[in-house]
Amino acid sequence: MSDFLFYFFAALIVGSALAVVLSRDAVNAAMFLILAFVGIAGMFVLLEAYFLAVLQILVYAGAVVVLFLFIVMLMNVETRTRRPVQLISALAAAVSFALLVTGVLWLFSRDRITGPASVDVIAPGSGLKIFGQQLFTSYLLPLQVTGFLLLMAMIGVIVLGRKHRAEGKGT
Amino acid sequence: MTISLNAYLIVAGLLFAIGFLGVLARRNTLILYMSLEMMLSASTLALVAFSRFNGTPDGNTFVFFIITVAAAEVAVGLAIIVALFRLRRTVEVDALTSLRN
Repeated sequence: MSDFLFYFFAALIVGSALAVVLSRDAVNAAMFLILAFVGIAGMFVLLEAYFLAVLQILVYAGAVVVLFLFIVMLMNVETRTRRPVQLISALAAAVSFALLVTGVLWLFSRDRITGPASVDVIAPGSGLKIFGQQLFTSYLLPLQVTGFLLLMAMIGVIVLGRKHRAEGKGT
Repeated sequence: MTISLNAYLIVAGLLFAIGFLGVLARRNTLILYMSLEMMLSASTLALVAFSRFNGTPDGNTFVFFIITVAAAEVAVGLAIIVALFRLRRTVEVDALTSLRN
């Protein structure tokens, strides 16, 4: 059962990621992005990181994609691209994509990374208690730095979103 | 659980490669940015898999921080795209050539 779910979520992730990259409409791409993130959350559940799965759904599929759709709606931009790609850049992208995929498959498919094939220990990150303990003991400083980073991002977005005086005169 | 670590890493690597293809090939800034988010998610998937098979909870904590930073990064990046669109009336990468020559 677990195997079947793994293959299902793997196919979901790869298929919807390809659909994001290949779709011409930005709104369709955002919808497929939701599907890809839901697939990743399913992978997290299979890896017994339940809290991260919920967080993935809430933050990515909820906030991030809604923000993308909001921007598309707000800018009223023509989302369909008439001229999707140039030939030479498409060629370069295809070659580097093929190289990357070949490298990944060559590296991982023949057990070149030695490690435990399967483990049956209690999952480490599943309990919220362990998570909170980690965050507030050994990772206290990164937690506070992250909070400060969020504040900085908020201020930055406000500054960037303000209409400034030079606007309207062109570049 | 019979799925090995390598299977999870293959999925993460494929997702990273597809995102990389999107960043290189697409010209729409919004779709380019979505592809960047997919690459980031691929790295978090690999980290969670490593953490599960290593038996320590630290990888999950890293992923928690990565998700937080990614949310902040998306907000700032989209604000930059909106500012760019206000100034230039386009989101196509090809049209942004003011640094050429």
